[in-house]
Amino acid sequence: MARIIVVTSGKGGVGKTTTSASFAAGLAKAGHRTAVIDFDVGLRNLDLIMGCERRVVYDFVNVINGEANLKQALIKDKRLDNLYILPASQTRDKEALTQDGVGRVLEELAQDFDYIVCDSPAGIERGAMLAAYFADDAIVVTNPEVSSVRDSDRIIGILSSKTRRAERGEEPVTTRLLLARYAPGRVQKGEMLSVEDVCEILAIDLLGVVPESKAVLAASNAGVPVIMDEDSDAGQAYQDAVARYLGEERPHRFLNEKKGFLGRLFGSGNS
Amino acid sequence: MSFLNYFQSQKKNTARVAKERLQIIVAHERSPRGGPDYLPLLKEELLLVVRKYVQVDPSAVTVQLDRDGDCEVLELNVILPETQSAGRRR
Ligand SMILES: Nc1ncnc2c1ncn2[C@@H]1O[C@H](COP(=O)(O)OP(=O)(O)OP(=O)(O)O)[C@@H](O)[C@H]1O
Ligand SMILES: [Mg+2]
Repeated sequence: MARIIVVTSGKGGVGKTTTSASFAAGLAKAGHRTAVIDFDVGLRNLDLIMGCERRVVYDFVNVINGEANLKQALIKDKRLDNLYILPASQTRDKEALTQDGVGRVLEELAQDFDYIVCDSPAGIERGAMLAAYFADDAIVVTNPEVSSVRDSDRIIGILSSKTRRAERGEEPVTTRLLLARYAPGRVQKGEMLSVEDVCEILAIDLLGVVPESKAVLAASNAGVPVIMDEDSDAGQAYQDAVARYLGEERPHRFLNEKKGFLGRLFGSGNS
Repeated sequence: MSFLNYFQSQKKNTARVAKERLQIIVAHERSPRGGPDYLPLLKEELLLVVRKYVQVDPSAVTVQLDRDGDCEVLELNVILPETQSAGRRR
């Protein structure tokens, strides 16, 4: 039976798709059969970030509507044997996602996979609600910035009340924070909320901190999840987060600015 | 304090300001996690009833659901304005 993980945030553009791609790749690298689903109907993007955009034939909505079966729609990752992508539909309207349909697809995937990662769209409309509904675990992606933190709090409330687990009175969805685009130098200067601040406000456990990193854009340019760039700070931060998710204890890295010589000299850690 | 330092110390406060603002707005918007949906409505209707008799601020009425072991406690708090009782005495 698979574990269903939703990657969600409320606010747009904070790093959900980046996180979904890297998390799924990380789980697959660790030897788990993993499927990652793009729930952003009409704004398909996960395929580009995973570098499989030219191999999309059928999509999530085709499967829900019975126009294709899962085998036809799932795209096998070129780099990792255990990794499959189910792309979002680019043309259909959002009404195409139904609770029944999504439930059926997840159930079928669960027969075959260890982990199913759901890349939620922004907002709290249908797509986001459905991505969260069936979740066992949630990764709340947040940027250290007021509107992102506020929206995350809304989503945390939804995860605790509007999911299948909540409705059935089962064990609640395990909800953890992934703080993305963190700039330790700016935190030290008092310009940015610290990881402690955000944890205190949201009152959830911390899964990982991903620094603001040039490697993320480079990876998305190339269509490779940034976790595959093992030398990069962001890649290592995602690697740590996946290991923690799988039960390993790892210290948090990248919480402090590595100052260069000039930075140390002038105290201006501005990189 | 030099001109430059002044701006630096001004900047220093923005993260703290953000945190304080967030703590307030989040506490205000947070319906008790896992709590029933009717609480905001209950609060609104209570406010209307209270206001039939006493003019209070919306923030003067708080409704909170707490869990105490196996039982849930619904806590209602209405803070009456001071002038009300003072006025009566006069
Ligand atoms: N750690 C990071 N460092 C630098 N840039 C980042 C980081 N994480 C994400 N980004 C950038 O932020 C932008 C948005 O990322 P992404 O598409 O993953 O967000 P999203 O939450 O999925 O957005 P949407 O809500 O539109 O689905 C992208 O340009 C991405 O490259
Ligand atoms: Mg996205």
